[in-house]
Amino acid sequence: MNSKAQKASPLIQINNLKIEGFSDEQWHPIIKGVNLTLKRGQVMGLIGESGAGKSTLGLAAMGYTQPGCRITGGEILFEGVDLASLRDSEKQNFWGNRMTYVAQSAAASFNPAHRLIDQTTASAIRFKIKNENDAKKDAKRLYEALNLPNPESIGDRYPHQVSGGQLQRVMTAMAMSPRPDLIVFDEPTTALDVTTQVEVLTAMKNIVEEFNTAAIYITHDLAVVAQMADVIKVLRYGNEIEEAETRKMLTAPKEEYTKSLWSVRSLEKKPVKVQKPILEIKNIDAAYGKFKVLHDVNISVPRGSTVAVVGESGSGKSTTARVITGLLPQLSGSIEFDGEVLPKRLEDRTKEQKRIIQMIYQMADTAMNPRQTVREIIGRPLEFYLDLKGKEKEKRILELLEMIELDGQFIDRLPSELSGGQKQRICIARALAANPEFIICDEVTSALDQIVQEGILKLLMRLQKELNLTYLFITHDISTVRAISDQVVVMNLGEVVEQGLKSDVFSPPHPDYTELLLSSVPEMDPNWLNNLNKKRD
Amino acid sequence: MHPVLKTVLGRLGLGLATLFIVSIIIFSAIEMLPGDFGQAILGQAATEETVAAFRRELGLDEPPYIRYLQWVGGAIQGDLGTSFSGRNASGTDRSREVIDLIAPRLWNTLFLASVTAIIAVPVSLFLGITSALYRNTVYDRTINTTTLTTISFPEFFVAYILILLLASLYPVFPSLANVDASTPLNERLYRSALPAFTLTLVIVAHMMRMTRAAIINLLASPYIQMARLSGASQTEVILKHALPNAWAPIATVIAFNLAYLVVGVVVVEVVFVYPGVGQLMVDAVTSRDIPVVQGCALIFAVTYILLNLIADIIGIITNPRLLHPK
Repeated sequence: MNSKAQKASPLIQINNLKIEGFSDEQWHPIIKGVNLTLKRGQVMGLIGESGAGKSTLGLAAMGYTQPGCRITGGEILFEGVDLASLRDSEKQNFWGNRMTYVAQSAAASFNPAHRLIDQTTASAIRFKIKNENDAKKDAKRLYEALNLPNPESIGDRYPHQVSGGQLQRVMTAMAMSPRPDLIVFDEPTTALDVTTQVEVLTAMKNIVEEFNTAAIYITHDLAVVAQMADVIKVLRYGNEIEEAETRKMLTAPKEEYTKSLWSVRSLEKKPVKVQKPILEIKNIDAAYGKFKVLHDVNISVPRGSTVAVVGESGSGKSTTARVITGLLPQLSGSIEFDGEVLPKRLEDRTKEQKRIIQMIYQMADTAMNPRQTVREIIGRPLEFYLDLKGKEKEKRILELLEMIELDGQFIDRLPSELSGGQKQRICIARALAANPEFIICDEVTSALDQIVQEGILKLLMRLQKELNLTYLFITHDISTVRAISDQVVVMNLGEVVEQGLKSDVFSPPHPDYTELLLSSVPEMDPNWLNNLNKKRD
Repeated sequence: MHPVLKTVLGRLGLGLATLFIVSIIIFSAIEMLPGDFGQAILGQAATEETVAAFRRELGLDEPPYIRYLQWVGGAIQGDLGTSFSGRNASGTDRSREVIDLIAPRLWNTLFLASVTAIIAVPVSLFLGITSALYRNTVYDRTINTTTLTTISFPEFFVAYILILLLASLYPVFPSLANVDASTPLNERLYRSALPAFTLTLVIVAHMMRMTRAAIINLLASPYIQMARLSGASQTEVILKHALPNAWAPIATVIAFNLAYLVVGVVVVEVVFVYPGVGQLMVDAVTSRDIPVVQGCALIFAVTYILLNLIADIIGIITNPRLLHPK
């Protein structure tokens, strides 16, 4: 693909592009003068952390800016036409015709009121690229090429009638239907489970290669971009850090920042000695109404260790956490903490039983009252569990802030005045305030950028050593599991598939599901996807 | 059974249950009204015996629950009882069936409401959709300000202004809208023009603003951005991508306004001397003609429940999640 791409002329040429966004009553720069050249048939990966401007740049390549954004300088040349200088009504002739878009959330990006096939073919018919009959036939061929089940009839369905992974593939078919010269993929697999991600990635890669379409692939996942892209461009705070051919970028990044992105996955935990179990979950069944979600779940958590619970969405891992905390009383089975059986319902538990188990959530944003200051957020468990007041409380809050590596000036801040990583640190401090023995971490790093993730994981490990804490770490991210766990529990469809020491679970032989899950985790090797699909065939 | 049919039948059942509860409320409310029909008709001079005999004749001496059951039982069969008026102390009985009193009036009201709705609903939808399309332009602001102005004045004020303009200064339409069963259709339309116009001005603002809001609310959805990036024009985005998902709230506000046209237009009826059901009810309350009051109230309740039921059903059948379950 590379050799082909190099011969071709540039399709898109972006020169010194500047974009601003409007927030807090003023304009802020989002893209600060970026250049980009994309040849026909070439796939460029745009990577960076949140706020790097990668989505804005990707959309700008189509001449589109989101409401509240404006282009303040530079050119976007598409085959020599400056899209930045065109009006919307003129750009409409390019959109859905010469260039198409694949959005992150397929579920939200399909119109709920229309059938999939009509949405798939709308652009091709609108621009008279094909007549309705041919467009529909072609859509069915694309569905088949994308490995969708029942390609003949799936298009007659409505968006809510198919799964997220299927919708993402239908959206790729929709993007491909008018045979555009450029497709912009905006984090198309971020919302998918790893096993689904592999299928969608394979389908997208094949179809882009088949039609020699140029693509911009936006993602924060390096391993994913390694599979898709010919060249990678790294962005940070609206500036370009560096650009290079994929293999070169992966093996020999030049810039410090890029190296730091690459090194995140090297975190590793030293194994700890297995102690007596602090928490034992025995034969738990649980249900939401009539819908049973947990089937005979048994998990044992040794004191002072980290037990990672992994599984895809719907596997029951968060439900397990809800049962342990008493938010969802189990139908049968028991939970023993230090040999003592905990009451099923949170209301029936003593203050002490509540204190020893604390929880940290995925979305630090929504887990804190936006109108309370850090002092109130951390102070409340101190007062409630430990009866601390006045100076003592103040002193303890400052100690806790020091433990989470934030300085004392944060005490008067509101959550809205904190970054994503700082918010999660405050949530950790709030959990620590109760002096717990056991902390449930529910996807605590999955909403964070990789570098921030690393900081949070290091902090959690240090705290564990200092305070002899026990963690139940719920996650769908295998690399996080490798980094921090002592033991691993693999869950699927409400059942425990496998559990044991990390070294045992991660080395073969595996049960089928563990094998599928582990092999689906993208690796940095650009050949990983091809090799995997060869192996699976 | 198709889940939509099931939901619709469920709503229908709920509607009937609501109607039942409303009938109890109507009956009890009227029971609680001060004063007595017998006393009012016969005058202060009547002896207690005469009043008692008169009450017995009308069946007012029965305990309330018996009278309620008689009333509801009759109503189910289409018999709303006999009006109290037309009776007097001398014993002559020229009273009429409530249904015969209400029917022609109700027909007039429904006629006026339909004429208004036929003008107002398409106009509001058109204005709502176009102002969403050209949002924050001079057009949008003009439409918004104008409709807000008309809704801000009391109905009778709007009515008198229209009379002044279109009946007095420029006599295009008659200021009196006195119609009866023998009035031919075109004459009827001509005479109802001013009241219909007044009502249109009163209800357009609400429906138009709701349509605009419902559509603009959807314009922030990711699927609208997707539609734009597929090359859809602004008109197509609004008509094909936003509007189909906006019917539920629009239908609700239309139903609300249509119900108002049937039950809430007494002021307009009075101004134009239009013989509608609202005036009938007000008269009946003044003369303590309880069967007529109850009959009108029940018909109003049926109107409200029916229109809201229709809005609900529109909401259900325009929701693909309900119409095409997994």
